[in-house]
Amino acid sequence: MTTATVGTVETTYREALREAIREALREDDRVFLMGEDVGMYGGCFAVSLGLLEEFGPERVRDTPLSESGFVGAGVGAAIAGMRPIVEIMTVNFSLLALDQILNNAATLLHMSGGQVHVPLVIRMTTGAGRQLAAQHSHSFEGWYAHIPGIKVIAPATLEDARGMLWTALQDPDPVLLFEHGSLYNMSGTLAEDAGHVDIQRTAVRRPGRDVTLVSYGGSLSKTLDAAETLAVDGIEAEVLDLRSLRPLDDEAIMESVSHTHRAVVVDEGWRSGSLSAEISARITEQCFFDLDSPVERVCSAEVPMPYAKHLEEAALPQPETVVAAVRRAVG
Amino acid sequence: MSITDDEARAMVARAVRRIVPDAEVETLASDADLRRTFELDSLDFLSFVELLVNDSGVRIDEDDYPELTTTAGCADLLVRRSA
Amino acid sequence: MPSLGADMDSGTLVEWLVHEGDTVHRGDPMAVVDTDKSAIEVESFDDGVVESFLVEPGTRVAVGTPLAALAPLAGAPAEEAERRLPAPPGKPPSRKHAAPPAAKPPAEPAAVTAAKPRVPKPRVPVPVGAPPLRHHAAELGVDLTRVSGTGPHGEVTRADVDRAAAEARAGARPETALVRPETVPVRPAARGTQVSPYARRLAEELGVDLARVSGTGRNGAVRAEDVRRAVEASARPTSAPVEAREEAPAAGEVPESRERSARATIAALMSRAKREIPHYYVATTVDLSTATEWLRRTNRERPVSERLVPAALLLKSAALAARQHPELNGFWADGRFVPGDDVHLGVAVSVRGGALVAPAIHHTADLDLGEVMAALRDLVKRARAGRLRRAEMADPTLTVTDLGDQGVEEVIGIIYPPQVALIGVGRIVERPWAVDGMIGVRPTVRLTLSGDHRATDGATGARFLNTVEQLLLHPEEL
Repeated sequence: MTTATVGTVETTYREALREAIREALREDDRVFLMGEDVGMYGGCFAVSLGLLEEFGPERVRDTPLSESGFVGAGVGAAIAGMRPIVEIMTVNFSLLALDQILNNAATLLHMSGGQVHVPLVIRMTTGAGRQLAAQHSHSFEGWYAHIPGIKVIAPATLEDARGMLWTALQDPDPVLLFEHGSLYNMSGTLAEDAGHVDIQRTAVRRPGRDVTLVSYGGSLSKTLDAAETLAVDGIEAEVLDLRSLRPLDDEAIMESVSHTHRAVVVDEGWRSGSLSAEISARITEQCFFDLDSPVERVCSAEVPMPYAKHLEEAALPQPETVVAAVRRAVG
Repeated sequence: MSITDDEARAMVARAVRRIVPDAEVETLASDADLRRTFELDSLDFLSFVELLVNDSGVRIDEDDYPELTTTAGCADLLVRRSA
Repeated sequence: MPSLGADMDSGTLVEWLVHEGDTVHRGDPMAVVDTDKSAIEVESFDDGVVESFLVEPGTRVAVGTPLAALAPLAGAPAEEAERRLPAPPGKPPSRKHAAPPAAKPPAEPAAVTAAKPRVPKPRVPVPVGAPPLRHHAAELGVDLTRVSGTGPHGEVTRADVDRAAAEARAGARPETALVRPETVPVRPAARGTQVSPYARRLAEELGVDLARVSGTGRNGAVRAEDVRRAVEASARPTSAPVEAREEAPAAGEVPESRERSARATIAALMSRAKREIPHYYVATTVDLSTATEWLRRTNRERPVSERLVPAALLLKSAALAARQHPELNGFWADGRFVPGDDVHLGVAVSVRGGALVAPAIHHTADLDLGEVMAALRDLVKRARAGRLRRAEMADPTLTVTDLGDQGVEEVIGIIYPPQVALIGVGRIVERPWAVDGMIGVRPTVRLTLSGDHRATDGATGARFLNTVEQLLLHPEEL
């Protein structure tokens, strides 16, 4: 192959994820996928559609409805040298497996005095916007970002959907990968040779000079929309995509805030005790003397996620609420 | 402890970079004027000498300053004094 | 609330050191009171059981306000202990009588707390009501001791408390039931001007007095933009609108904002200086052979970290000379010269990346050379790291700009308003020099003084430079 121009392909977030899993299954026979309905049904969100046929039931395994059980099995397999990808249907259900994630996966390296690594990747769907109501729609990735011993990443673009999984599988320790439910159908073009990406750095998705908008996952596109609206009025917002929620890329955030002097954090989680609170605190700790206005936050309303469409929309961060927060900050 | 020419040059590069973080010392001609190239004022230069002294353990007096004009000069002095 | 000083009218109760129900003895610390000057422990004037607190921590009350009520110790005569701590209400804040008991001879406190002959107090705090009732009364601001009870055996009921509160609200008996009428919140009602951290930092860097900046942010908060506008406004007399162009960034580029603002500040300040200050200039060349030889000898004795550079000698001489010629050390303000309170030499420091600052070395003339050197290194380091302090930016009384390191022989500088002079120092150069009819080669330096002709004349400047020259001939005395 020569260095001729690389072509692009039309794809979706869902297909990019699938391609990433396919690559991992193909390239490393220690990798296997397991979770509820990932095999016969092709995944609750159709991410693993066709993989059972392609790789067989040893590599793509349907599990019983027992999050604690199959996540625990994933932890065990990882300790035993496998590279499991465990899919949990939604982050709400992951709470059933929290004991395995927190008390085992995140702590075994420490408890074993550095002897036992848990090279496990857990994928799960997070977020609202699809009228799935209060038991399927919450955003708890911020809770997971609280836990030392795991890494938490959130692909918000096709490139990251395609490229983060492999890097996460190379990590010797547990990585939680959050897929926002509203992104699966996002389509666009991806370079044919799109490959692995880092899982540490925050990306600037839109440069600007007047205010820093910190977002990730499902909020990124809303934030970019807000930035477009603001640009019409001459407010140039810099939009950051965190990509990694734990560890946070402080350097990138502070670099941006120290030249815009204002920050708005957009996070679909609840406000109190949240990831947005952590980011706001860090900005205040590290950039206090660069701030020209208080850090603003745009979060979900502190209610169980409503089912009714208009109520759900009202409860979530929207481009208009981001724009309003920016106007408060810029004044 | 004697210092080799390579070690001495590395010390010079380190010291310059502590003062001018983006200085490209390695690609600098060894007879180029350090103070002029990196715009070191007298305080910077004093810090430079201080860093060299701390790094090498070699005594450097003011009378030696004329020798410290270039990388080569600095390296010669450090090698000679440490021998 | 005792008076803890002649000028004290009120104090803030910071915290209670005892709990309700505690037994206290005379002299036991009971509370911490903040007098605006310091926090002071207030001691009990008597033995007793802490019946109730009458003032909440964080509340500021007038001197004389009762802070707590003590109940008698079991077995003690009731009247003896039924006194409020520490001063009886209504007592004038006489210094003698109201000073803290600890500072008094033991006999005195008795006179403080209860004037003899004792007048029996009509309202004695006795345990009234169950805890829920007391809580309810406290919420409504009702003093239970002043509520007449309608319950069995005259007990105060919840309804009595509600009624008392309602009456007080209606203004029927405003002074009877509601307590703490004199208290004022510690936080002043109107907060001072709010300033964003960045604006505050910028103001320090640019030497802007925040009191003169009007804010355009939320609730009138001062933001960076307001500070920059203030700098530009102060640099631009209203009659000369032509200046507007000089601060405007070139179209089409988005330069790094801090650098741009720093540049705009320099532009504004220097334009103002050249526009308003009628400069005169005097210059001389000084033989530094004694000074440099002395430096060489001194530095041989000093560890490298304490070595001196010639700039330290020049700064110290300039500071001493400024003390001898105070008419050059100060500010031009409101049409007249205002001398500086001491010599705080400003040192022009160019920051990598283009900015220029001239922070002060405070009390320069009082520092020995080693201290001047240390101060200079510290100042330059922090100036380049952007970590200067407010006073350093605001206080220079006379500025020195030393461009010798840049290889030029002479600097004819522009005065930093509102200062009235600026000293320029060139490179130390070996020059042929005539001494006693012979020509020798000597290290020399060219010194200039830019003076504000409104404040001084050339002769002052000339005398100043002569003084510097004389001082440099005797470096060992610096």
